[in-house]
Amino acid sequence: MTIPGHPGAEAAYDGNLMAGPLSELFALDVTVAVVRCRGCGSSTEVATLRVYGPDPGLVGRCPGCDDVLLRVVRTPDAVWLDLGGVTSLRVPAPRVAPAGDGDESART
Amino acid sequence: MDFVTRGFQGRPRGRDERLPPGQYLTGDFPVLSAGPTPGVDHDEWELWVATEDGTRHTWSWQELMALPAETVTVDIHCVTSWSKLDTEWRGVSLDTLLADVETAADFALVHSYGGYTTNLPLEDLLDGQAWVAYAYDGDDLRPEHGGPARLLVPHLYFWKSAKWVRGIELMLEDSPGFWEQLGYHDYGDPWREQRYQGD
Repeated sequence: MTIPGHPGAEAAYDGNLMAGPLSELFALDVTVAVVRCRGCGSSTEVATLRVYGPDPGLVGRCPGCDDVLLRVVRTPDAVWLDLGGVTSLRVPAPRVAPAGDGDESART
Repeated sequence: MDFVTRGFQGRPRGRDERLPPGQYLTGDFPVLSAGPTPGVDHDEWELWVATEDGTRHTWSWQELMALPAETVTVDIHCVTSWSKLDTEWRGVSLDTLLADVETAADFALVHSYGGYTTNLPLEDLLDGQAWVAYAYDGDDLRPEHGGPARLLVPHLYFWKSAKWVRGIELMLEDSPGFWEQLGYHDYGDPWREQRYQGD
């Protein structure tokens, strides 16, 4: 979970630290999601973000440009999520059958 | 049968009256950061104050050092529940910095090198309540604690005392800062335990 000996990196954690609070929000595992940085455009798996915290909140920064990508705060009665630093979040999900599969005649 | 009846136990023994509710004492100086420590050289450092009409006042490091400084001993209280008593700081009072600034603003948004922000009422920066501090415990303020200079507003939770301060935006309306946007209290009075929105 930590980033040992990474030159120039001061973040004590990686994105796996966000798994707990994010699991309260998302049905799918968001640590394997890929986020695109609004600042530099690079795509990064959430698990590999540079994460500062855990208090007062978790701050996930882009490994490429250090911009803030996402933030999570767990207050006593709420989870607060900021995704303002990302342009997209792609979460691997169970495959669904493509439209058109199955017995079309049953629908007519 | 209880020897001491419930509701008549008095103050917990040994609890310091200078400790706000929900806080514990520490002798350490914990470091909490929302990002990498920005390195700012004195010759590049600048502090600005911008008013609501766009007027901008700036101070170089040399100009800050030339202003009258104060040494203050204060208690500090972090929202993560640690408190540290009798901390000694040296810096320039906001009363001095804002003395010649004309404004009708009621609020301030403090900006830091590295992008951090925090909001507070302008009146909480005045009347001997706030400083731009550049020394701690007799030494230059270390970068991990906000050096070269940080805001010091000890009567509010310490996230309001922005590390690596670089500017103060004076505004007619309140605007939430980095943590205030994400669930933390807009004012943050430790004695009223205003940690989160709604407290």
